[in-house]
Amino acid sequence: MKIESIVENVTINIDGQDVEVPKGINIIEAVKMVGKGKEVPHYCYHPKLTIAGNCRMCMVEMGMPMRDRATGEAVLEEDGTQKIAWMPKPTIGCATNASPGMHILTGSEMVKESRNGVTEFLLINHPLDCPICDQAGECRLQEFSAEHGRGYSRFIEDKNVKPKRTRLGPNVTLDDERCILCSRCVRFSKEVADDDVLGFVDRGTYSTLTCFPGKELSHNYSLNTVDICPVGALTSTDFRFKMRVWFLKRTHSICTESSVGANTEIWSREGKIYRITPRRNDEVNDTWMTDTGRALYKEIESEDRLVHYTIEGVHKASGEAAVAAAELLKSGKIAMVGSAHSSVEEQFFYKAIAERSGAKVSLVSHNGDGDGLLQSEDRTPNLRGALVTGLISELPSENLEALARDINSGAVKTILAVNEDLTELGISKDVLAKAKVIYVGSHANRTSEVANIVLPSLMVFEKDGSFINQSFRIQRFKAAIPGPLGVQPDFTVLEKIAAALAEREGYSDDHRLSMGAHGSDN
Amino acid sequence: MSHQETRLIFKHIDEEGYTNDIDCYVKNGGYDQLKKAVTMQPEDICAEVLTSGVRGRGGAGFPAGMKWKFLDRKSGKPIYLICNADESEPGTFKDRQIIHQDPHQLIEGMICAAFAIQAKLAFIYVRGEFFEGYKILERAIEEAREKNFLGDNILGTGYSCDIIVHRGAGAYICGEETGLIESLEGFRANPRIKPPYFPAALGAYQCPTIVNNVETLCDVKHIIEMGGEGFAKIGTPGNTGTRIWCVSGHVQKPGYYEFACADITLGQLIYDVCGGLKPGRKLKAVIPGGSSSKILRADERFTGKLKDGTEYDWGIEDIPMDFDSLMAVGSMSGSGGVIVMDDTTDMVEALANINYFYAHESCGQCTPCREGVPWMRKVTQRMVDGEAREEDADLLKSIADQIAGRTICAFGEAASWPVQSFIAKFKDEFVEKAQEQAARRKEGKETAEATTLI
Repeated sequence: MKIESIVENVTINIDGQDVEVPKGINIIEAVKMVGKGKEVPHYCYHPKLTIAGNCRMCMVEMGMPMRDRATGEAVLEEDGTQKIAWMPKPTIGCATNASPGMHILTGSEMVKESRNGVTEFLLINHPLDCPICDQAGECRLQEFSAEHGRGYSRFIEDKNVKPKRTRLGPNVTLDDERCILCSRCVRFSKEVADDDVLGFVDRGTYSTLTCFPGKELSHNYSLNTVDICPVGALTSTDFRFKMRVWFLKRTHSICTESSVGANTEIWSREGKIYRITPRRNDEVNDTWMTDTGRALYKEIESEDRLVHYTIEGVHKASGEAAVAAAELLKSGKIAMVGSAHSSVEEQFFYKAIAERSGAKVSLVSHNGDGDGLLQSEDRTPNLRGALVTGLISELPSENLEALARDINSGAVKTILAVNEDLTELGISKDVLAKAKVIYVGSHANRTSEVANIVLPSLMVFEKDGSFINQSFRIQRFKAAIPGPLGVQPDFTVLEKIAAALAEREGYSDDHRLSMGAHGSDN
Repeated sequence: MSHQETRLIFKHIDEEGYTNDIDCYVKNGGYDQLKKAVTMQPEDICAEVLTSGVRGRGGAGFPAGMKWKFLDRKSGKPIYLICNADESEPGTFKDRQIIHQDPHQLIEGMICAAFAIQAKLAFIYVRGEFFEGYKILERAIEEAREKNFLGDNILGTGYSCDIIVHRGAGAYICGEETGLIESLEGFRANPRIKPPYFPAALGAYQCPTIVNNVETLCDVKHIIEMGGEGFAKIGTPGNTGTRIWCVSGHVQKPGYYEFACADITLGQLIYDVCGGLKPGRKLKAVIPGGSSSKILRADERFTGKLKDGTEYDWGIEDIPMDFDSLMAVGSMSGSGGVIVMDDTTDMVEALANINYFYAHESCGQCTPCREGVPWMRKVTQRMVDGEAREEDADLLKSIADQIAGRTICAFGEAASWPVQSFIAKFKDEFVEKAQEQAARRKEGKETAEATTLI
């Protein structure tokens, strides 16, 4: 919810404290806003979805200033204060909107008792298989049961039995017994992903989540249903039974799938990534991200991964490779093929290298179909960075035919290629053979195979930096795991090259590039 | 002594030679009130209905005129009228008779009501199992349309309204007005949260909508005939008009009987009108307003003050049959389904039956009802199956207390009230059940005879 866009504030009373909140905000958000760690427990409510009001966990007591029906005048207590007309029943916080003078109790006896009741009800048919449940550790039911539960069960009847592993789609597996029927996933598919595939069949306590006949949960946002599932019902088929979440380290990162720059969280342990989930940013991705974006980390362990600095195919130390690259770049007739996958910081070094070596810089666009949500047509994370740093001054082209002509004419003798396979972009292998190639990238391709010097680079998960997204928002990402052994952060090698080039040009020490350019807040 | 029925709605029900076609209806003065209504100002009809004090006959007993007043007329959206003919409260069988035997009375009442609230379109949501009723309604509507009582430019007044008959999909919850609207729109009959979805503001297709019971809409016709004040003379202030009591259970002559409100007491209804109990039996309990109303125990004394201040001290047989008196004794007149139980009734089995029904009919949308009601069913089922425990009575009450008032719709109360009242009034039987079974178990006997719940 964008708080800034709501102008009018109203005063309501939460647990005896008068507080200012935006008019119309619901009680769950109001209590959260007032802060101090206070929370109205809830399952079905989600800030980015419509209100369903079915879990009945967010019950609060609500009262309004009492007014005389006939005259409309305020009715006062004996001591002259406003009399409050309390509702006889608790009301759900998610569908109660703040209005002037409203009184709310979030911890009264009635409220506690109704929460305890809901908790008991949710648990009677729950399999209580937390020891093998992926959600354990981040499960709302588990947390609230500890807080509001009775601690023992009064239920001696047989529990309902439901299917434990229903495939809903390629990425999502449903454990029906754990489902509390909050309908978050149903609403998400309908309202956000715009693919109405989920619904309930059967009635009452036998209600079961399912896909509509002939359909499956296969849209590219299906894993968000796993994130918003407050219990362990919807599980990621990929992450299922892989790791207990409390062992995982969380690192803030940015999705590199497209120029949207969805904010993400990387969950890793001992140098291995287990999953990527979205991180809330209302200005960028709300609380969502694509399924394809979550799978990008699998490239880390690809067999194509470049892990050695090489000169003419021979393994070298990074320093030697940098010196050799700098030497090559001093020879003139240089072209650089930059990358919109490089971080802003790296682009800054590339720009310096281009300037000092007299290289002509080109950049190739990578476009796909935009889905109107979190996958833009521009499938690179940092094209705006290349423009902002001045690495390029005009929009990228789709191929490198101009560069091919320059190689053929002899105008270009050496190419510094970053992340791109030039053979796929209009430069045939034969043409490429006419030039010397320095390749910087994380994975091998046909260009790296023929490159004279290869400088392996780190993937976004392994390094710090920042990207500028499609709306020119600079966002920082952090290293979650170390890179392959011996591979240094890109900028350290790039800095050496740039420095070596600067010496040749007679740059003074003062002008040397330093680490100062590195890192900026998002 | 016999008590004279006041047959208003049921005037022609079971009348010799009376048929449900339009000719018979018109011959008996039918559609005269519609002709009168369309000469009146719509707001005047609304005022008459408010003056009449007629209360909803579906169960809640909310004044219909007041309900109409809540209509959001400023939105500029079309207004809809829906007749709730999803009669499925156990013990209730009045609307079916109207639909089967006198459908034109309902249609006339509906057009009058539709004209009064200026509805653009009207629906009859008829219970799916009433297939015969559905066919009768369809035919009756066709007949009314032919005579221009319905359709475009009704009786040349310039007002147009049609009635669409929609068959329910077979669930009790479809009778809850917002669930009904969801079902009408083609979705699962999951009741909506109120606020914000009060039908008078955001009803069918998010437009202002009035949902009234069959009997209530029939009353509208009679209000036009006798005027609001004339109608209010039937019964007592605050309890106007007639009520159709559907008596079932252990009486000699079960059936439907129409009386003016407060014209008769519960005792008179059972002993005089329905011929009393079977020989040698004693009255044990009465559920006065459909299965969800709270049970009354035969030997209870009910004392207190009515809304108008008069004190009362009634035995069960002295309770006047009207809205406020039944509410005063802690129950309700509900849908008018009077279920009589004599001393052969096993209260645990009776409650097990009721719980079975509600557990089966819970829509499953909100937690307390979805989980709590089947839990109560499982407990009572276990009790009749021979595994009763003494603490089960308290457990049942505690579960019911955790449901009532915590749910999206009134189903939570409907399912909890029977349990709460059975335990409050017959707790000893629940405890004895457990003790008996324990004794039999000790002797090595079967703890319970096989019982079949309906």
